[in-house]
Amino acid sequence: MAHIIDRRLNPGGKSLENRQRFLRRAKSLVQGAVKKTSQERDIKDVLEGGEVTIPLDGMHEPRFRREGGTRDMVLPGNKKFIEGDYLQRSGQGSAKDSGPGEGDSEDAFRFVLSRDEFVDLFLDDLELPDLAKRKIAQTESEGIQRAGYTTSGSPANISVSRTVKLALARRIALRRPRKDEMDELEARIAECTDEDERAALVTELEMLKAKSKRIPFIDPLDIRYRRFETVPKPVAQAVMFCLMDVSGSMSEHMKDLAKRFYMLLYVFLKRRYKHVEIVFIRHTDRAEEVDEQTFFYGPASGGTLVSSALQAMHEIVRERFNPTDWNIYAAQASDGDNSYSDGELAGMLLTEKILPVCQFFAYLEVGESGGSAFDLSDSSLWTLYERLRNSGAPLSMRKVSERSEIFPVFHDLFQRRENQEKAAP
Amino acid sequence: MTDKTGRLFEGADWDFHTLQRIHDACEDVAKKELGLDVYPNQIEVITAEQMLDAYSSVGMPLFYKHWSFGKHFAFHEASYRKGLMGLAYEIVINSSPCISYLMEENTATMQTLVIAHAAFGHNHFFKNNYLFKQWTDADGILDYLDFAKNYVSHCEERYGRVEVERTLDAAHALMSHGIDRYPGKKKLDLRVEEKRAGRRRQHEEEVFNDLWRTVPKGAAKSRSVLSIERRRKLLGLPQENLLYFLEKSAPRLAPWQRELLRIVRHIAQYFYPQSQTKVMNEGTATYVHYRIMSALHKQGRITDGNFLEFLQSHTNVVFQPEFDDPRFSGFNPYALGFAMMQDIERIATNPEAEDREWFPDIAGKGDPMGVLRDVWANYRDESFIGQFLSPKLMRHLRMFHLHDDPEERAGIRVDAIHDERGFRRVRRELARQHDVGFIDANIEVVDVDLSGDRRLILHHHVIKGSQLNETDAKRVLQHLADLWTYDVSLIEVDANDKVLREYVVSPRPIPAAA
Repeated sequence: MAHIIDRRLNPGGKSLENRQRFLRRAKSLVQGAVKKTSQERDIKDVLEGGEVTIPLDGMHEPRFRREGGTRDMVLPGNKKFIEGDYLQRSGQGSAKDSGPGEGDSEDAFRFVLSRDEFVDLFLDDLELPDLAKRKIAQTESEGIQRAGYTTSGSPANISVSRTVKLALARRIALRRPRKDEMDELEARIAECTDEDERAALVTELEMLKAKSKRIPFIDPLDIRYRRFETVPKPVAQAVMFCLMDVSGSMSEHMKDLAKRFYMLLYVFLKRRYKHVEIVFIRHTDRAEEVDEQTFFYGPASGGTLVSSALQAMHEIVRERFNPTDWNIYAAQASDGDNSYSDGELAGMLLTEKILPVCQFFAYLEVGESGGSAFDLSDSSLWTLYERLRNSGAPLSMRKVSERSEIFPVFHDLFQRRENQEKAAP
Repeated sequence: MTDKTGRLFEGADWDFHTLQRIHDACEDVAKKELGLDVYPNQIEVITAEQMLDAYSSVGMPLFYKHWSFGKHFAFHEASYRKGLMGLAYEIVINSSPCISYLMEENTATMQTLVIAHAAFGHNHFFKNNYLFKQWTDADGILDYLDFAKNYVSHCEERYGRVEVERTLDAAHALMSHGIDRYPGKKKLDLRVEEKRAGRRRQHEEEVFNDLWRTVPKGAAKSRSVLSIERRRKLLGLPQENLLYFLEKSAPRLAPWQRELLRIVRHIAQYFYPQSQTKVMNEGTATYVHYRIMSALHKQGRITDGNFLEFLQSHTNVVFQPEFDDPRFSGFNPYALGFAMMQDIERIATNPEAEDREWFPDIAGKGDPMGVLRDVWANYRDESFIGQFLSPKLMRHLRMFHLHDDPEERAGIRVDAIHDERGFRRVRRELARQHDVGFIDANIEVVDVDLSGDRRLILHHHVIKGSQLNETDAKRVLQHLADLWTYDVSLIEVDANDKVLREYVVSPRPIPAAA
């Protein structure tokens, strides 16, 4: 006699804890993989989560294994060999590659991280401060919206006009006697002299009166209530302007630094707002709006006029992003080289057009890796912005020359902004 | 219930009554026609996800928690999700009652196949093969695993997860060298083990460690008093069961660490027979399911259509690609085992002159089931192949033996083929390939430098010039040194005791928590 048991309803996920232990143990590997994956991805795909590949070797469980030496093997499917034949070690007819006991090498393996796991690991690596996490929690608020009418509800919500309208329709449909009709009848009765005709009129009037009692002016059936629905109210939208100097002096390393900064800003905003748009503007001595691919990888070279980018941004804001509807963020990355004559114009554009509509404007001065000379003298742009900031413009500016500095700088910038907000309500 | 001649099921659907009917019908054939002797069966229906779970904890229904099982789960899941890997139709556990897992997705025909394969084929093998009888305790294993699981989680609470993980990692690395290869004192009784575990721990906390009692005291100025022979004898050296040696003799392990080593060692020992009997075990199960399915078909209890569906799966399972086929990855144990058992049946009932010469004991003996039951009970892969691989089958599979000497410039030599001159050599070589004692590296503890720095000395006896993989060897030795807490040296020596290379590894400092 056999026992047959249905285990399908047993709680699943018995491996969940083992999987968590594995993830915890592999954390640095997975983080590395996430970082690598996010490098390969476009800014907008960073939040998508998904597959990461980690080397199995990193989680290798060692065993004593033998290798090398002389080997003997028995194989099936001899075609034509006879004893004493020699097989070439490589190429056709060789059994070496497929011989058993080749040693079990483990390949890298892929597994899927959920969107949240992915972003957590991405941000975790960057140690996004609590400050930011609190904001992430409040991405959305609920609003109330009219949503038609309903036959039940609270008296406070009775819609008089809709109720009367329905009552009127019902009265017409059921031919409820109108008041002027009855008045007219009464008048005729009063004038009437003929007894018989009078009696007929009175009967008619009685009938109409009875009918108007049966068909009330307002019936409970007519009553309509206003209906309300709670709807998620989208938190205002945000637009992020990425302004980048692509003149000849910007190296790939500098662009990479900029990209990382933009990516962080994007992730940050994405967590905070429902809709985040990104506008890429690159400039040499003239500016253009481009797609992401062109922005980071397109070849462009030439002189440098920062004001062109600011002008372009200003125009795009005017055309497409009304500051009352949009939170506007801008991050500008440059090596700080600007033609001296342009300083005046750039400063004017910033203080008069751009900064007043911006929530936040960050200037990131990127330098060559290991750039110690970088700190020596301030660039022309840096000098200009510093002057503006000293005169009270809400500008944040930082210098970055190593990848590892990106996050601290980012963190720093956002903390500062928080303080500024408090200072100037 | 359907009557005797009725069909067990129609189409692909099944329910629990169908499973019961299928089981009873299989049991009927298994007992009356094949004369099988099995543990009581317990059949459990599970989902694909649960199957993945079971996969990743070496097929066991309950197991202690460890990250490597999570790794295997993620690995299996990813390849399953991508369709790189199908799931096994079944998992069967060597326990009493014998537990077989069936996947809910299987069709009725597949469930019949799986029940015949696992609940009767494997089950009979587990119960009757001498290795399993000698080394495993089917009655106690589930209780023991339950004990192990609780014990590990208890240790995690008490001593911290990191510490436990460190010890388990080390034990897992040495797992394949935590096995007694030769039966010693007595059969393993896991229930008694479990009961004694508590008392033993208490005892070990109180008792002075044997090893250090052998350290020569001040008076023993003459070091020759404790001769090398005597010292080695006291320590039970040489010892090839590294986990056992550490558990008994490592100087600074906490009692709970010794218990963890013991748990891992017991589990390794429990699986040891399975690794020695892959060809036989799968061959038996395949042979049994083939016989049962054919019998059910003959009785008219499954339709021609269902039988064709079965044959399709069956031929997939016993498919043996040839060596130059891209799908080739060594001998398929199902194919080899099944072919040999069918061959034994043929030899017993309908032998040729050649078979009478090669197998005088069984040729023409009749009673193929009696012969097979005897084979199943008394052999392991190596002796099974060495004894019963027939010339006819070697010709049929066109086996040949290659000898690859890296020194040989001309290439790989074809040493023997399936002809009169080669049969015995091919057979001997194939048997050797299935000898775990030969496949695993031969490593043993040979000495402890007691008067010096307490260094543990191991030897690896190199066979055919095949040395250890260096990266792995260093990592395993690191684990070993961490448990031993003094230096460990591993010397690779060839057959003439010539030292080929030596590894020396020092233990990593133990964090303050320990």
